[in-house]
This record gives sequence, structure tokens and C-alpha cells, in this order.
Amino acid sequence: MKEGNFRSGGRRKFLQDAAVLGSAAALGALAPAIVRAQAQKVKVGLMLPYSGTYAQLGIAIENGFRMAIEESGGKIAGREIEYVKLDDESNPAKATDNANKLVTGDKVDVLVGTVHSGVQAGIIKIVRETGVLHISPNAGLNAMTTTLCAPNMFRTSFANGQVGYPMGKVLAERRVKNAVTLTWKYAAGEESVNGFKDAFAKGGGKIVRDLTLPFPNVEFQSLLTEIASLKPDAVYVFFAGGGAAKFLRDYQAAGLKGKIPLYGAGFLTDGVLEVPGVAAAAEGIETTLHYGEGIETAKNQAFRLSYAKTYKLQPDVYAVQGYDAAVLLAAGLKAVKGDVANTKGMIAAMEKAEIDSPRGRWRMSKAHNPVQDLYLRKVVGTENKVIGVAAKALDYPPASLCKMA
Amino acid sequence: MELDTFLIQVLNGVQYGLLLFLVASGLTLVFGIMGIINLAHGSFYMIGAYLAWSLSQHLGSLALAILAGVVLTVLIGMALEWLLINKLYHRDHLYQVLLTYGLILVFEELRGVIWGNDVHGVAIPEWLGASIRLTDTLAYPVYRLWISAVCLVLAVLMYLLIQRTRLGMMIRAGAANREMVQSLGINIQLVYRVIFALGVALAAFAGMIAAPVSSVFPGMGNQVLIICFVVVVIGGIGSIKGAMAGAILIGLVDTFGKVVEVDIGGFRVLPELAGTTIYLLMAVVLLWRPEGIFGKRL
Repeated sequence: MKEGNFRSGGRRKFLQDAAVLGSAAALGALAPAIVRAQAQKVKVGLMLPYSGTYAQLGIAIENGFRMAIEESGGKIAGREIEYVKLDDESNPAKATDNANKLVTGDKVDVLVGTVHSGVQAGIIKIVRETGVLHISPNAGLNAMTTTLCAPNMFRTSFANGQVGYPMGKVLAERRVKNAVTLTWKYAAGEESVNGFKDAFAKGGGKIVRDLTLPFPNVEFQSLLTEIASLKPDAVYVFFAGGGAAKFLRDYQAAGLKGKIPLYGAGFLTDGVLEVPGVAAAAEGIETTLHYGEGIETAKNQAFRLSYAKTYKLQPDVYAVQGYDAAVLLAAGLKAVKGDVANTKGMIAAMEKAEIDSPRGRWRMSKAHNPVQDLYLRKVVGTENKVIGVAAKALDYPPASLCKMA
Repeated sequence: MELDTFLIQVLNGVQYGLLLFLVASGLTLVFGIMGIINLAHGSFYMIGAYLAWSLSQHLGSLALAILAGVVLTVLIGMALEWLLINKLYHRDHLYQVLLTYGLILVFEELRGVIWGNDVHGVAIPEWLGASIRLTDTLAYPVYRLWISAVCLVLAVLMYLLIQRTRLGMMIRAGAANREMVQSLGINIQLVYRVIFALGVALAAFAGMIAAPVSSVFPGMGNQVLIICFVVVVIGGIGSIKGAMAGAILIGLVDTFGKVVEVDIGGFRVLPELAGTTIYLLMAVVLLWRPEGIFGKRL
């Protein structure tokens, strides 16, 4: 429904493109290839959720992306960037059609997206078939950088397991003996929990029980009763958004807070602490994520200041991931001097790129997932304060699971 | 499972069931008496929750917000019946589904325009904010018990309204034979308008009292809608008693489905298949009694 707004004026754009193409063709005989390439803008397809529950995340990603481009004067390697926006509505059923529209219809040079793992699966299918350059600024589907990895696919966010793993490592190091896990029964939740269990078991911890409930069910009461009767030393959960807010409050209302320590993937306490009652329910809870408040690097402070000034909003982890997606693209484009048709050259440069991110420096793994520091954070008031590094330069799930490596 | 844990789980199941009953009763009233399939019923649950959140901020108290919210939703329900629903009484169910599905989309967009897409929380009133300690690790929030009490009281009131009052007689008569009742000089149009408004207000009220424990978020109505249809079908379409039985059954099955461990031939049946237990229950009930537990024989 919404995409009409974003793509209106399609005919005029087509005429412009045709005119550009025409003049480029006329010059063709005289000008060298590189100049001809630079006459056109680089087309970036932004396939993100602009409506529904994840709308804010889509907007934050686009804000971050645009900010990075603007910081280099709106041009990369002398070429302007043109955006083609498409609202994916977080709807997996429309994912392949939407990705196809951008890749074969609009003929974007690079496809950037998306948030929802189910939609991401559709994008992966299309970009693997067409070979178009692709950067994912959020969705953490493990498979994208393991079994389904491909040279033209990059990720600037995280793998689901990568966020759970460090929490398991921290708890095992603290000699926590046993834990119960709890999540929605869907890919992101299970991959996160599996990451946690992997590290926790390696360190000698024992999982008492894996509890799940169907996505996106939020009736937690029976599971909380079960946790209370099992009395584990720790509980690890993966929830996000509205479900996370409700879970935190239910955990407190059930009298479990302070009795059985609660830990989680960072999404548990991200973007929900402003909800009344949640900050108090979450106070003191430790989570792991690749970003958090109070990373005191010059890069992060400059980023936060500039973002707040431009968008009158505080940046979040999603804005950082969008920002890094643009930085990664810029690294590729610069290496080939703006010749976007040279996909091989761009991929080679992006693989070697070291990203100076607000979250800290990171590089690409052989499977094209960030090798990055995962922070241990603690809820203090309405902030997720970084209190340490839970895992340094973590490559997880290991890139060796990808046959490119 | 130890006995005390088992009893607490039963309490959880009944408590969840009672809340489901409150939402489903409005659906079964409108469905059973007026013959209208109202897919937008879940939207009113969501609207109720959002009203509780925004009104309690303006009025400063949840009780006042609920009072104002109920009045508002009754008016909305009457207006909707007058504007749209009464055009559907002689139409096929497909038209009803189309119109009320359209309403879901309209309400979802309006919610986005008016209240935005954020998650919100509603504070529990202080006098209900305490918890009762049940075991050394588990406490039970008084507010949840209060919700159950309110649901029970409403169930009794509804039963009395339909079985013991003049309006109730008109409603029952109208359900049996609309034309005959009209020819006897009863304004059936008005009776229907009241029922529809009552159904809307019941769903919204459930959303309002559930708001402090469920949080307030986009799409919350759709989750409830599907379960409510299951409740109504299991209980028997149009039967308040059936809605109560169906809701409690669903509450218990859903609760135990999530925590009981069942292995059959090495395959972990529960809780792996927890998402399907209520639909399995529905299938079994319908095989046994196609008209639902308390439904009229087809």
C-alpha cells in the first residue's frame, strides 16, 4: 500500500534515466568507460519496514545510512547516490516479489535491507539468484553467513547466535552452574538461545530446561511458574519489542526478580526502557550486544552528537548498523573509483574493509559477518550502560561453516 | 510436577481463561444473536488498551479512564452499527467478513495516526499493586486475581441480563425470529444496536483491564481475535455458557501445553507443539460435538 508513495514519479524518473542513458551512449564513442560510469548516480535500493511494528527500526537504519553518505558530501568516489525506497511491511510473503522489484525492476546497483529475518530469507533467495550486491543492516539469520553465504552478500549487524554466545561465556566464567532458557519458538529466538547454550556448555554450565512459547504469544504466566519451581541459578531469554516490555514486568510481578537472576540478548532491554514501569523492572539486568550507551570513543561521541542534531533523536543500535552499511558500501565504491559495474573489485575491497564504527572497529569475517566486540551491558535507569567487553573480536557462528571460507 | 506447582498452573489457566471469556463473550453475543461475523472484534480489544493508556494519562487514574473508555466505546459501537453493520443483516457472511476485515485495517491505520506505533505500559493502580507470595520463589500479583474477579462478576451479570430481564427476553426472541419480534411492535433495530455496542464495549473493557498486565502495542488485537474465535466455536456459537466453558478449557490447555513434557516414541510432542494444542482441542471438540459444547444442535 505504502510503496506507492515512495515510488511515485516512477515515469519521470524513467525519462530522466533514459535521457542520461542516451547522452551517455552518445558520448560513448569518445569518453573512456570510467567517465561514462560516473555520469550516472549509484542506485541504492532501501528495502526496509516503513510501516508496522518495525517501522522505527527501518527509519533509524535509513537515517544512519544517509548520515554516513552526507558526511562525505553526498557523493562517494565522485558519484552521487540515488535512493529507491520500498516498504517491505515486515511481510515474508511479499519478500521475494519486493526484492525482485528492486533488483530487476528498478535495477538497483546495491540492495540494502532488512530488519525481519523472514523477509531477509526472501532477499537472500533473490540476491543469490541475480548476484546483485547486497548489504543487510539488521536481520541476524545465522544461515545468511553460514550455509547460505555468498560472495555478494554482506552483513553489518550481527548473527543471532553471535549475540547470545557472549552471555553464555560470561555466565560460565562466573561459575554459574545451571540455567533455564526461554524464548519465542522462531528462528531468531532459537538461534540466540543456541549461541548462549553453546558457550555456556563449553564453560561447564548445564541447561536445566529450554522453555519456549509460540511467536508472538505473550502469555508468560505458566512459564514463570515453571521457572519458579525449577529454581535455576540463571535464566537466559530472547525477547524484543512489546513482548520484551511485557516479559520484564511479568518477571518482576511474579516475584522472580532478585530471586533468580535474569540475563538476555541486548534486544530485551533496548528501546523498551522508556515504557512506564519497565525501567524499574529491568534495573540491574545484564545483557550482551554489539552496542550500548557510554562507549567513550571519539567516533561514537561525534556520531551521537551529529545524529541527534540532524534527526532530533537519540541514535540506537539500528542507526549504527545503517551507518556502517553505508561506510562499507563507500569502501567498496572508492576501491573501484566509482565503477559500480566492477562487482568483483567492490567485493574484494569490502571483504578487506576495516570499519571505524561508533560501536568500535570491526572487520568482515570470511563469511561476510562482522567480527566485532560484544559488550556486557547493565540496565541503569533508562540506559543500557556498557560495563565491559563480554567477547573480544567474536566470529560466531564460526565463518568456517560457510563454504567460501 | 509437584502439587503446589500444579495448583498454581491451574490458577494460571483459569485466570487466563476468564480474561479470554470476557473478550469472547462479546464476539459470541454479536455472532450468535445478530448473525454477524465481526472480524474487527480484536481491534476493539486493542482500542480499549490504547484508550486505557491515553485516558489514564489525561485523567490521572485508571478507574476514571476505564469509565470514560466504556462510555466512548459504547458510542463508537452504536455509531458503527448505525453507519455500517445494519446494512449487513440480510447479506451473505462473505460481505460481513469483507467489511469487518476492512475495519481492522482502518482501525490499525487510525491507531498509528492517533497514538503512533510505540509500545506503552499502563501502571497498575496502587491499591492493587501488591503481590501474594505463594512459594519461596513465586509471588502472584493481586491485580491478576482482581481481573479474574471482575470477569466472574461480569459473567454473572451477563447471564442475569439475558435470562432474567425484559431486554434479555427481547434479545433471545430476536435471535430466534427477527421478523416476528418486529411485527410484535418491538424495535429490533434498537435491540441490535444495543447488543452490538455491548459486544464492542466488552472487548474494549477487556483490553482496558488487561492493559496493565499485557502492555499496549500495535497488532495486539489480532492475537486475541483468533483465540476468541476458537473459544466461541468450541463453546457453541451464541452461547454465553459455552464461551465460559470454552475459555476456561483453552486457558488450561494453553497453560499446560507450554510446560508439560510429553515424549511419544522418542519424539518430543510437548512442549514442541505447544502452538497447536488449542487447535487440536478445537478439532477434537468439533469431532465430538460439531455444534460446540453448548451449541444448539445443527
